[in-house]
Amino acid sequence: MNALAIAVDNAPWQRRWRRFRRNRTALSGLYVLVALIVFSLAAAPLEALLGIDANNADLLSRFDGRSATNWLGHDELGRDVLIRLMYGGQVSLGVGIAATLLGAVIGISIGLAAGYFGGNLDALLMRFTDGIIALPLLPLLIVLAAIDLTKLGFSADFARSSAASFYRIVLIIALIDWTRIARLVRASTLSIREREFVLAARVSGAGTVRILLRSVLPNVIAPIIVACSQVLGSVILFEAVLSFLGFGIAPPTPSWGNMLNNAQELVATAPMLAIYPGLLIFITVIAVNFIGDGLQDAFDPRAE
Amino acid sequence: MVDGVSYTIARGRTLGVVGESGCGKSMTALALLGLVPKPAHVTGRIVVSGQNLSGIAAGKWPEIRGKRIAMVFQEPMTALNPGMCVGDQIGEVLHLHESLGWKEARERAVEELRLVGIPSPAERAKSYPHQLSGGMRQRVVIAMALACRPDVLIADEPTTALDVTIQAQILELMQRLQDEIGMAVQFISHNLAVVSEIADEVIVMYAGQVVERASAEELFSKPLHPYTQGLIATMPMIDNRQEQLAVIPGVVPHLDGNHKGCRFAGRCHKADSECRALVPALITVEPAHEVACHKARP
Repeated sequence: MNALAIAVDNAPWQRRWRRFRRNRTALSGLYVLVALIVFSLAAAPLEALLGIDANNADLLSRFDGRSATNWLGHDELGRDVLIRLMYGGQVSLGVGIAATLLGAVIGISIGLAAGYFGGNLDALLMRFTDGIIALPLLPLLIVLAAIDLTKLGFSADFARSSAASFYRIVLIIALIDWTRIARLVRASTLSIREREFVLAARVSGAGTVRILLRSVLPNVIAPIIVACSQVLGSVILFEAVLSFLGFGIAPPTPSWGNMLNNAQELVATAPMLAIYPGLLIFITVIAVNFIGDGLQDAFDPRAE
Repeated sequence: MVDGVSYTIARGRTLGVVGESGCGKSMTALALLGLVPKPAHVTGRIVVSGQNLSGIAAGKWPEIRGKRIAMVFQEPMTALNPGMCVGDQIGEVLHLHESLGWKEARERAVEELRLVGIPSPAERAKSYPHQLSGGMRQRVVIAMALACRPDVLIADEPTTALDVTIQAQILELMQRLQDEIGMAVQFISHNLAVVSEIADEVIVMYAGQVVERASAEELFSKPLHPYTQGLIATMPMIDNRQEQLAVIPGVVPHLDGNHKGCRFAGRCHKADSECRALVPALITVEPAHEVACHKARP
């Protein structure tokens, strides 16, 4: 084998990316997700360009139709629908990604510890995980979302701010969405820790933390990434559900979920107000699931 | 259950450990590294270059492993981390024990790859294990084990998974490196031909006990224990045509705590009531030749 062949077939990641790229559905899912992120991030520039303020209520132009500056018209308070959808996307996608990553960190830690150390710790952590899975999620989320932050020692200003409702919903969702990842990581860790290279690392003097981070984690990362992509879809839906029920992101900060909530009384008069955010949630979840399927195929160990 | 195993290896010498699968060869090696899986435990002493390792705290073991005592594994396919390029894997050992920075460790790793005879080591260091052939991988495993110039190298069937021509190359490489570095080698194998070639002294293990110990020459020319004799008889000879290969009848017994007598008695054609009742001690029957058998007394 010459240097050229090495360069072509270098890392496992390059082979995975090649396989992912061959999957049309997954690739289009990725394009759609990137487009949605760009769409959301374009909110402020577009606002400045069109010279409008998305939070500025203008009751005189309630339900006004499309115009040169208000491309998707006005909502029930006369705010620009397009810009609010874009800001809402920032919140919805931000919550989705942040809660998934935070949940992944919790799940990876618990799964690694349970799988690698085994024994009583494993039993304890896995029964705890089973317990979390057995909890009725929606009532739990609602109760957690209804906790008064001022009673926890936060200032009243912070408790009412939109940042607080963002962090709160991220934390709440992360606290319950790690279970799938924890189980997956534990299962993979159980099989990896019996592999000879883990013993080899121990024999060459590596400590437990180093073995976990350098020998075990890189070899269980593939199923984690697949699982994260699937969790992301459900997290975005969770945020939508919570906001729809009024426990999520507090208005006037828009999220796709609370825009749906606002629109529900107006379905008869202004159906588009419900259709736009609903459609965006739908497209996002579908795109994310396509990506997840593609990752699953690309990371399939049988193809390696 | 490994029991009463005691041996010393001088610097620059090779001890062969032979015995069939499951007789405790690998367990003895793991005991030497303080890695016996629970619930087993080790009693006795491990001394390397005058330092007693048996009493040291669990937290001190990582400093010993890979630095003073290193190990080469049987399966080069599985002994390397599939997600890390080989240069980094060798570099990591150096980074751990010689507190080299990553950059220096990588450069040293390339040197180690050159030492084990890998062509164009600088490019090879960036390869992943799956891109290398079995022989190459075993060279990498050896480079990893020898990176810190250990006092003792345990080679657990290092050539079993390789084809015969590669086996010879790897054995030659190990002998050359042993001469250069001057470490003691404990060579575990069930391949008698390989052991006869590489070892200075050989211990034969059966069901967790040493049954015979002698210099390699002596052992192969004058085996005393019926088990050793049986093992040597099972080696196919290239000059006689054999219709059937010789075997030792039976299997290694499953040992519980109250096994009486010689552990080999059940499979031994010489065994009598004495063998079934009394455990034979390992005694010196000739200068530098010990055997644990009632029937092999002078």
